[in-house]
Order: sequence, then structure tokens, then C-alpha cells
Amino acid sequence: MSQQAVNGVSHRGRVLTLDSMNPNVKRVEYAVRGPIVQRAVQIEKELKEGAKKPFTEVIKANIGDAHAMGQKPITFFRQVLALCSYPALLEDSKFPEDAKQRARRILEACGGHSIGAYSASQGIECIRQDVARYIEKRDGGIPSNPDNIYLSTGASDAIVTILKLLVCGEGRDRTGVMISIPQYPLYSAALADLGAVQINYYLDEDNCWSLNITELRRALSAAREHCNPRVLCIINPGNPTGQVQSRQCIEDVIRFAKEEHLFLMADEVYQDNVYAEGCQFHSFKKVLFEMGPEYSNTVEMASFHSTSKCYMGECGFRGGYMEVINLDPEVKAQLIKLVSVRLCPPVPGQALLDLVVNPPQPDEPSYATFMKERTAVLSALAEKARLTEQIFNTVPGITCNPVQGAMYTFPRITLPQKAIDKAKELGLVPDMFYCMRLLDEEGICLVPGSGFGQREGTYHFRMTILPPTEKLKVVLQKIREFQLRFTQEFS
Amino acid sequence: MAARGLDLILHRAQVKLCDKLQAKTQSDGVRRPYKEVIDVFQGDLHRAGMKPLTFVRQVLAACVYPPLINSSNLPLDVRQRAQEELGRCVGGSVGSYSAAPGIPEIIHSISEFIKRRDGGIPSHPENIYISPGSQWSISNILNVLVNREASPRTGVLIPVPCHNKTVLSITQLGAVAVPYYLSEEQGWALQVEELQRAHESAKGVCNPVALYVINPGNPAGYVQSQKSVLEVIRFAWEKRLFLLVDELYQDCVYGENCEFVSYKRALSEMGPPFSGTVELASFHSVSKGFSGECGLRAGYVELVNLDPAVMKHIHTLFSKDACSPVLGQIALNLMTDPPKPGDPSYLLYKQEIEQIRTVLVHSVKKVHEVVNSLPGFSCPPIEGGLFAFPRLHLTPKAIQKAKELGLQPDTFYCTRLLEEGGVFTGPGWEYGQKEGTYHIRFCIAVPQDVMEELLRRLSSFHMTFMKDFS
Repeated sequence: MSQQAVNGVSHRGRVLTLDSMNPNVKRVEYAVRGPIVQRAVQIEKELKEGAKKPFTEVIKANIGDAHAMGQKPITFFRQVLALCSYPALLEDSKFPEDAKQRARRILEACGGHSIGAYSASQGIECIRQDVARYIEKRDGGIPSNPDNIYLSTGASDAIVTILKLLVCGEGRDRTGVMISIPQYPLYSAALADLGAVQINYYLDEDNCWSLNITELRRALSAAREHCNPRVLCIINPGNPTGQVQSRQCIEDVIRFAKEEHLFLMADEVYQDNVYAEGCQFHSFKKVLFEMGPEYSNTVEMASFHSTSKCYMGECGFRGGYMEVINLDPEVKAQLIKLVSVRLCPPVPGQALLDLVVNPPQPDEPSYATFMKERTAVLSALAEKARLTEQIFNTVPGITCNPVQGAMYTFPRITLPQKAIDKAKELGLVPDMFYCMRLLDEEGICLVPGSGFGQREGTYHFRMTILPPTEKLKVVLQKIREFQLRFTQEFS
Repeated sequence: MAARGLDLILHRAQVKLCDKLQAKTQSDGVRRPYKEVIDVFQGDLHRAGMKPLTFVRQVLAACVYPPLINSSNLPLDVRQRAQEELGRCVGGSVGSYSAAPGIPEIIHSISEFIKRRDGGIPSHPENIYISPGSQWSISNILNVLVNREASPRTGVLIPVPCHNKTVLSITQLGAVAVPYYLSEEQGWALQVEELQRAHESAKGVCNPVALYVINPGNPAGYVQSQKSVLEVIRFAWEKRLFLLVDELYQDCVYGENCEFVSYKRALSEMGPPFSGTVELASFHSVSKGFSGECGLRAGYVELVNLDPAVMKHIHTLFSKDACSPVLGQIALNLMTDPPKPGDPSYLLYKQEIEQIRTVLVHSVKKVHEVVNSLPGFSCPPIEGGLFAFPRLHLTPKAIQKAKELGLQPDTFYCTRLLEEGGVFTGPGWEYGQKEGTYHIRFCIAVPQDVMEELLRRLSSFHMTFMKDFS
């Protein structure tokens, strides 16, 4: 059998072709792992094979993966998870008592006391209870019902699940989903896959990427001409832009959602990643309930969190959850059906989530180390956020908004007309051309702004602030040098 | 067929009942004929009381907490293996994302496993995708196959009985599940004439594009013969059907003269024109077999003879899902590349595998024996898989009672069995069956003493039930 069958070898022809396949799948793109990453992997291969290049490694600043960039896991979490994986270690005196206690409790809740057993599709009950308690504590006592918590395979899984429930209708009645531009491309990919209508609302680059109700209104009324807008997605803290919404803004969005009868999807996976002075994370749920029963009893909402970001950075565990508010009971029944198809979320990820929402307390042996590690990660990120903004703003042709939160910077680049023309010649979007050149010349992998969406005629790239500080400084320096060279070449 | 999804609500109620009963028996001191519920509803080895493989768990623990790599309490090969696995993780941590299709070295290892299993027939890493459990890959492939805008609607042939997850995926995508009935009289054999009939029945209703096969079966415990596999491939070729083959239970074969035949191998050995044209997706996972690591969520699909242009889109589809849980990927690697003779952990590993195998062989014998000795209960020999799917010959009185309660007759039986017998099983209705027949499904991968207790309770309950409704 040939590795790749070249043409249809017989009269039979293939069943699955570009023409016969689901047309929606053809429209799916995901820039974070798109063509630039494929090129980066190719270059890494060449380096491995001994090719000579102006750099010795490819720095993958394209993906929000903290451990990949050298960030260390939280010791306590890994201890508990090791104990859960191999319970014989519960006899090992080298593990602290509080870790053993957590592990025993988790194992008790697992079928056959094993993390290898399926859990309920909605997630292990006592973990959902712990998540609810965490939310209550975070939100100043506002009650959270464990029945409204759905554990998931990372936040992405829950986001796609909710979208599946919401997207329906045909033609002019097809569900429209409002998303920010720029946005995290999981949303556009999911909308393409589901055949939903994407409704873009632009964040205000001149005002720190803030969200404007006027702009929401504009986008919504234009959309009403051709679809049925039902959903409003917001990422806070933002990805790729890093803006942290003010409390006032969140209230305005909730009010808007209520007026326009929109389902709110609040992606809050970066809730611990807030750096800028004067900025604070306000959960949508908290603000909703503080606005009183007129809102808290009616606005339908889903908020999402994950174990992949914040200070844990445990992307590989695929842990996450969503909390749904005011969901119609019949819809909830359908939701259960949907999540049951894939059986259950990974149990190690559920266990990890339990530790994130139930970390060491001040009176516990592991507390001091835990706090030290957590603080170190978050303060390093804050420092890198500041450094990145500072350095980029000294580079002619690059302007950078403050990185208020999350893990990325999304600076604007001014490209000379000649470069734009060259890109067109090569059949590339200008910022893709820029990023490909940067990759080839400096071995730095970023994601072009076109992958996230941007105003027509503007160009950006997204870079993570995750490399260790010294390496980050080198990366920033190299980008500066590249920018100057590039501008010179195409002047 | 379409109404089957509704029973999920009932299932949740039963799970809650099971948990409640479990808690009650431990707390309220009420006399019940059982101390705790035997949960054999799912194909979940660990939940049923089987133990995880020591080597696997030791390696995973050391990967999760690398200081263990220096621990003299762990065998040398465990420590070395953990070091190797971590070396393949970006940044040396199981907490980082892997490449979307999976960790490249693990995919390579899987392709080697497939090649060994299939007598040297090459398996190409670019055609393999790891996902959080096999159902995830099945949904992704179905998603590519089902054209929602097509008229008539896309159809997928599915066996009856069939576990309900794939059926749910099919209907959720807006496609039509076209049933073909396995022959209970022939030990649940798959008959080409029946495939023919099913395919014909789709005329005017939908456009069948794919054929879903489970081998070894679930819930029916058949293992397809070489002849049967070849017939199915030929049928798929003739009718232009994409083959979706669920081979999760390939390690679970017990019947004498039974052997697992991989569709990939059979297809290749058929030679042209079949071998180069029949599109095939075969699925495997770390959830079943001897690993039983359902909770880790790792499975893979191998795609054969797909259009390269379509493969590009499949790649993007898997990319937006981020990646599979890394621990699951490592468990998958340990399954496809286990300890070898001479390795420090080999003897224990082999011993544990043999123990599980012995339990399974013993279970299927006992179940067959006991079920067939009871009146109103029958079961063909269980050749493979992890379930028993015996037939209930219910009396009109029992059927009537069920109707009165608004329940399917076998659901009624299973609910009573749970409450009175303390055994949690699945009603045949959930899996599909010929009209007027009733079945129950339960997992047979349980420790010997638990199986004995299970059969004791089942017999006792069954006799009482049949007497009550005689």
C-alpha cells in the first residue's frame, strides 16, 4: 500500500474527497498551530540534521505553553498527582502529609479507587463541589451550584460544547456569534466547523484594546441583517491582546447582553494572570449577581476556566471546567447528552483541577513552598510583561499596548509598502511574510496577527511572554534588529 | 433508533440510584441482600475491581514527579523509561502541549506496534492521530464524512447491537444511522446478506457513505473470522463505503479457534484493487485490553488510503483540539511498547497480564455456564470483547408490568436487578436489538471472587423475578 495514494487508482474513486467532505471542515483554520509552526518544525528538523543557520534553536513563542518555555510545575500538585498515579507511594515518607490526604480523597472518589476508571461525564462529583466552593470564595460568597459545573478536557472542549448547543437555524436564521477582533482562533475555528455566522466586534487598539459598547451595537445591528445573533463571546483577560476589562465595562457588557437577549460566553482562563497596576480580575458571574436579580435571574451565561494557564501552566493535563448560569433545564438535559458522547474528561486533569481550586492552606505543611512557587511564577510574568512593552515601544515601527494580563503581546508593526507588495507577490498575507522572514532569519516563531483578526490595513504579531527573562531579552533584541533590517530592506 | 438517546436521562438516574444504594448500604444499616453494589455497567476494568498494571503506574508517577527518577524504590527500567518519556515532552514536562497529532516518538512507536502486529505491513506515522479516547477520533472522522448540506442526508451503517456513543455522534452530526442486524443465532455473526439488506433499505432515505464495524464486538462478544473480514472489505469496496473499524478489544479474544484479524492487514493482503483504494479508519485505545486506563483518555486512529488533500483538513481539525492528555499518550506508548524479556519489570508485567487474561477466560466460561443454566436466560459463547450480552426471555406478565411503569422491559429488569440484586447492568434497549427481544449487558472483566458473587446475585434475582412474573 502506498504511503499517499497519488490518484484514484481504479474506477472506484474515493468516497471521501474535497468535494464530498463536510464543507465546514474545509473552512477551519487554526493559526496558532498553522503554516508558520509547520515551517518552524521543518527548520528544527533541518537543524537536527546539522544544517547551518544563523541560530542554533527555534524559539517557539507562538503558543501559550509555559512549561515548554522552562516554567517549573508546582511541586505540591505534582506530588499529589504522582500519589494518585501510583498509590503505593502513599507509604513513602518523602511525600508530605497534606499531599497524601488530598490524594486519598481524590482516589476515594474514583471508581475502583483508580484514576484509570471512567468518571461521570459531568466530572467527579466531589471535585465539582470543590470547584463550586472555589467560585464562591472567589466571588465574595455568591452561591455556586455544583450541578452547574461541568468539568471538561481543557476549556476549549467546554467552549465548543456550548457552541454546539447554541448554533442552529438555516439561512437568515442561522445563529450569529459575536467575537472580539482580535480573538483566540479556537473561536473562529469552532464557528467555521459548526457553520455558525461569525460576528466581529473590534477592540479599540488606541485605547489599550478596550471594549466599546458602541462598537458592540454597531456589529450587532449590522449582523441582524443576515443572521440571528444569539451569543456574545468575551475573553477576559484577553487573548491575544492582554487587556483586563474594568468592572464598569463588564457591567456594560452584561447590560447589553440582557437588552439584546444574548447568551454570554466568558472565557476567563487567564484570571490569575493580571499584572498591570490598577487592573483587577472581575468575574462575570460576580458582577452579574451584584447587578441584582433583574440580571442574575435572567442573563444566560457560561464561564470557562482551565488548568493550562495562570501559574500552573499544565496544558498537557487538559483540565478545565465551565459554570453555566440560568440554563434552561431542557437544554441542560441536552448538554448532558453531548458531554456523555466522549465519556468523560481525563481524570488526572480533573484531579489537578481539584488541587488548583483547593490548594494548600496556611496551616498546611506544603503551604510555604506552594506560595513561594506561585508568587515566583506570577511575578516573573509581570516583570516580563513590563519588559516586553517597554522594549517593543523603543523599536521604530513597532508599537505595543501595555500587557495588562494573560500571556501575550500583540504589537502593531508598520510595514513598508514595498514589503506589502512583495508579500502579495508571494501570495502571502503581509504579516505572515514578516513572521516567516523572522523565523528564517532569527529562528523565532511568532503568530501573524492575521491569524487572530485585525483592522484592515493594520498588521500585528502575537508573541508569548513566556521565555525565561534572559532569553526573552535576547528575543526582544533580535526582533528589534530584524525590524530595523526589514524596514531598511524594503525602504 | 432515534429515541435511544433519551435513555441517557434514565441512565443518569440509575447511576444516582447506584451511588445512593452504595452510600445507603454503608450507612443506614438496612438489611439488604448485598453489602455493596457491583458496578459492571461500563467496560471499566478498574471500576470493576481489576488492578492497573504496576509498570504503567510507576512510569506515569515518575513522569509526573521527576524526583522519583532518582528513587531506588522504583525498578531501574521504570526510571529509565520515565526519563525517555520525559525527554520527548517539550520542556521535559508532561504539563506542556504536545504536537497536535501526538508526541512524534509515540506516534512512531504506535506505527511500529501496528507493523509488528500486522506481520510487517508498513504503518505510516503521518496517518496516525492520537486523541482523548477513541470516541473523540471517531467523532472527528465522522465530522469530515458527514456533509450536513447534502441531500439526501449522509448515512452510516451501524451494527445492532452497538454501544451507543458512536450512534449518538452520528445523529448529533445530522447523519442517519442505518442499522444492520448481527445474527444472534449465529453467535452474533456479521452476515453480508444483512449488510446488503441494510444498504438497500437506505435507498430513498439517505446516502450511505460509511460502514461502522466493531471487532471484537461490543456489546456482542463475537470475533470476526478472516473470511468475514474479507467479505466486509469487499462489500465496502463494491458499495463505495468508508470503513470505520473499532478495534478497541483486539487484545480480548478467548474463543477457541478465534483470532483477531486486523482490517488493515486483511486489506493489505487482499492486494489491488482493494488494498490501494478502500478507505479505512481503524481505532484503538488504552481504555480496554489489559491496561484498562479509561480515565486517562487516550486512543488513536490510523487512516489508510485517504485523499492527501482531505488529510490536510483532518490535520487542522485535530489541531484545534489542542492535543491529547500527555499522561494518556505515555500510557498508550507503554501499551504498544511494553517491558521486554530481560527487563527488570518484565516478569511482574507478564504475570499481571496473565492474571488478567486468566480472569477474563474464566469469566466468560462461568457466565456462559451460569446464564445458560437459568430458565428464561440464554447466551452464546463469548468469543471476545469485555461484555456479556445474554438474552432475557421475559414473560408477557413482566413485559406488561414494564409497560405499566413506562419502561422498556429490559430496563425494568435492570432497574430491579440494581435495587434488589445490587448489580448495575445495562438494558439491551440502549444498544439496539431485534424487536421483541430483550437483553442485558454487563462487563466480564471482574476479579474472580466478584464474578462469583455477581453470578450468585444474578441467579438468585433472576429466579425470583421469573417466579414473580410467571
